Amino acid sequence: MEIKLTLNGKAVTAHIEADTLLLDFVRARGCLSVKRGCETENCGLCTVLLDGKPILSCATLAARAAGHHVQTLEGLQEEAADFVGFIADQGAEQCGFCNPGFVMNTIALLRENPDPTDDEIRAYLAGNLCRCSGYEGQLRGIRAYLDSKKEG
Amino acid sequence: MLTIREYVRAKSLEEAYALAQKRNNVVLGGMGWLNLQKRNVGTAIDLCDLGLDAIEETETDYRVGAMVSLRAFEQHQGLQTLSQGAIAESLKGIVGVQFRNSATVGGSVYARFGFSDVTTILMALEAKVELYKAGVLTMEEFAALPRTQRDILVRIIIPKVRRSICYLSQRNTKTDIPVLTCAVVHREGETFAVVGACPRPAAIYPDGGVLAEGITEETARAFGGKVAAEAVFGSNSRSGADYRRKVAAVLVRRAALALKEQEG
Repeated sequence: MEIKLTLNGKAVTAHIEADTLLLDFVRARGCLSVKRGCETENCGLCTVLLDGKPILSCATLAARAAGHHVQTLEGLQEEAADFVGFIADQGAEQCGFCNPGFVMNTIALLRENPDPTDDEIRAYLAGNLCRCSGYEGQLRGIRAYLDSKKEG
Repeated sequence: MLTIREYVRAKSLEEAYALAQKRNNVVLGGMGWLNLQKRNVGTAIDLCDLGLDAIEETETDYRVGAMVSLRAFEQHQGLQTLSQGAIAESLKGIVGVQFRNSATVGGSVYARFGFSDVTTILMALEAKVELYKAGVLTMEEFAALPRTQRDILVRIIIPKVRRSICYLSQRNTKTDIPVLTCAVVHREGETFAVVGACPRPAAIYPDGGVLAEGITEETARAFGGKVAAEAVFGSNSRSGADYRRKVAAVLVRRAALALKEQEG
């Protein structure tokens, strides 16, 4: 079947199988920040934005994304650059595998709630698993970024 | 592994219904559970173009379209006011925001899972299910329908009756499938507990006069014991039936006491 969608701002037309997952679709188009992790919709590694909302691409048919806007970290470098340094400064990204998913969901969080409390950050990022850290590094990094914004 | 031969965006409920009658065709919800199955699907039927992704408010109820995401359901201001935050409380433990942006209210209800947070809170709110052919049914009537009856869930109807509700669940780890779900609600002068646990769908238990003299530590404990004794529990990899029974007694007691607190 043929689908048309927008991937990172560019119009894409493609022939796909009915059961092609959005995860495989975007990776085949060079968006390798989107990782195949648990494949049971638990880890958040495959997070992409569909019409601005974070979803799990491992459980979404590419056919369902037809007519919509899909964004991966490859298309959000500038927005991510604002805060990823703060996360790195905390040593939060150890092996780094979960990082793109964390960054994608943090972008969604900050768009929805620009001044979240620590509990709101924890709740929003609960669907992103990290097996290296205890999540404190990521939390400290996001907090440091938010504090730096307030200080101007 | 899941395979799908054909994908169709239904243009009408009639088309979706006709396609759904074939055994190896399936109506897509959020795909959370379908994606975990080893299954060869003939046609995947998508309801995404049928305008079922809206929550409408009438004078008497809220009408939640089958394709409304769990995230939209948890964030709806009117529903949060109506349930005094219990809807958001019931959904916050379901995996993560990304999962809840895809998972649909219709898919969660149609699956009739015994552990469903969504079914438990909807039963406490006395919600009804509107099916394309079978019409409007109570959640209990819907749960009793044979699974061979392949209808299309159109919307959930939640009456606009403000009630005190307390929702609690027990999970082995945060964001996991619950071992047990529990809602305690006051309605029409009586207190009810809704308890959901595998393998049976959630069921509702009236206090039966146990709380007639008010909610105290003792009467709440008695209510918990009564519900735990009446409910049917099963065992699976997450928990044994005996553990679920003990947890049910505790959660019902805690929820009843919290309800009293809520009502001042």
